[in-house]
Amino acid sequence: MPVKIIHKHKLATRWMHWINFPLLTIMIWSGMLIYWANDVYQIKIGNTVLVKFFPEWFYNFFHVPHRLAEGMAFHFVFMWLFMMNGLFYVCYTLFSGEWRYLLPNKKSFKEAWQVLLQDLHLRKEKPPQTKYNAAQRVAYSMIILMGLGSIITGLAIYKPFQLQWLLTLCGGYEVARVIHFVLTIGYVLFFVIHIVQVILAGWNNFRAMVAGFEIIKVKEEAAPTTIENKE
Amino acid sequence: MKEVMVDDNASKKYKRKSLYAFIAFFIMIGAAYGSWKWLNHQPLDGGLRGGIQQPLRNVLDANEKLFTSTFDRNKLIKEYPKSEAVKKVRVNGDAGLDTTFFDAKDWKLQIVKSNNDTLFITLDDIRALPKTEVTFNFKCIEGWNQVTNWGGVRFSDFAKHYGLAKEMDLKYVGMKTPDEEYYVGIDMPSILQPQTILCYEMNGSPLPMNQGFPLRLIIPVKYGVKHIKRIGTIFFNNEKPADYWAERGYDYYTGH
Repeated sequence: MPVKIIHKHKLATRWMHWINFPLLTIMIWSGMLIYWANDVYQIKIGNTVLVKFFPEWFYNFFHVPHRLAEGMAFHFVFMWLFMMNGLFYVCYTLFSGEWRYLLPNKKSFKEAWQVLLQDLHLRKEKPPQTKYNAAQRVAYSMIILMGLGSIITGLAIYKPFQLQWLLTLCGGYEVARVIHFVLTIGYVLFFVIHIVQVILAGWNNFRAMVAGFEIIKVKEEAAPTTIENKE
Repeated sequence: MKEVMVDDNASKKYKRKSLYAFIAFFIMIGAAYGSWKWLNHQPLDGGLRGGIQQPLRNVLDANEKLFTSTFDRNKLIKEYPKSEAVKKVRVNGDAGLDTTFFDAKDWKLQIVKSNNDTLFITLDDIRALPKTEVTFNFKCIEGWNQVTNWGGVRFSDFAKHYGLAKEMDLKYVGMKTPDEEYYVGIDMPSILQPQTILCYEMNGSPLPMNQGFPLRLIIPVKYGVKHIKRIGTIFFNNEKPADYWAERGYDYYTGH
């Protein structure tokens, strides 16, 4: 039976993707240890607290309390690796031409909506796509911008005196800290949706992120498929 | 994205390639996990006080080198009108502030010069020097901040007045509370930044006991942990002086 090989993700892309995963996890975890020391954020309506960042059970579950020093040490060491990996990715994407698959174009925003409807089973057919569909283009480009936002606000909070201009650009210390926090929540939401989508997309899609290619069996009407199917 | 149709033979080759890729993938996961465990099990640099893993400390020290090399001692931190300073100033930390054995009347600031002579300086002597006020956004390493107003003598004015030129050529300043419970080490460029003051006033009144009466350090270019309350002794060194919070795992530099 003929088989179709789709070469999807370049080696560099796969490396940087999988390196980013533990790095971002460490950044979020150590950031949480830091945030605990002054955990003032909450979502309120009137005087009713809807969500407190974060509840006691959450802190205890992740062993967060009283680890500010440790959190800062890890955060200010792994930030370099996180930034470098992000920088390599952006440079690689620009110079290899991969950006053509990644950046949203004129149609992407409209199509992203159609992809969403299709995902939610409100629409039957998919809009045409290449390596990434329109929703992926929007999401994956946005996550890079978010990373840039985290670096800028992070540096502004890290060195508010030496990088006073950057702090001013961010709208001050408090604002920079809020943005930094919200972006982090954004990564976690991205991660959850990402995992669900990867599970739904199935094995071949996952294989492409590890091995680089998809292996697709092509059904031919007259082909004797019984033997090969045992494989 | 390249698509190719392949025959059975080539298809087997791709399946094998895919398998190898996954084996490599799991080896990488193992390596990453192993490195993480290794890093976390490195001895802590603060001994019994805790501290952090030595490799992390090495990077923090490299960060310090980078940021001290770009530090401009003439650059000023943003100042606010005095009216914006909060009246209820947050109190954080009481290490070195135990008043059981502390007698304010006997207090004298001790300056250990590089020839090991010690100067004893009274609060009145310090108050007689030109006064500098600074109203700035005080930042705690925990993440909160407050616009606060402080008054005292600029450290560089103080050093000039007491002829500490030779000491100013050294790399670090160390400060300790009279009971030596709390202590900080600070790099010379930061201590000579013109907004760094030996502070005896908060909001125009003498420092309260819990803010370090009679004399504390206000060093706006650093986080609060370096603003030692109730200074007893000041000394100078080319080696890093001991630092209370650095021993407990915090960044030594903690400049911002």
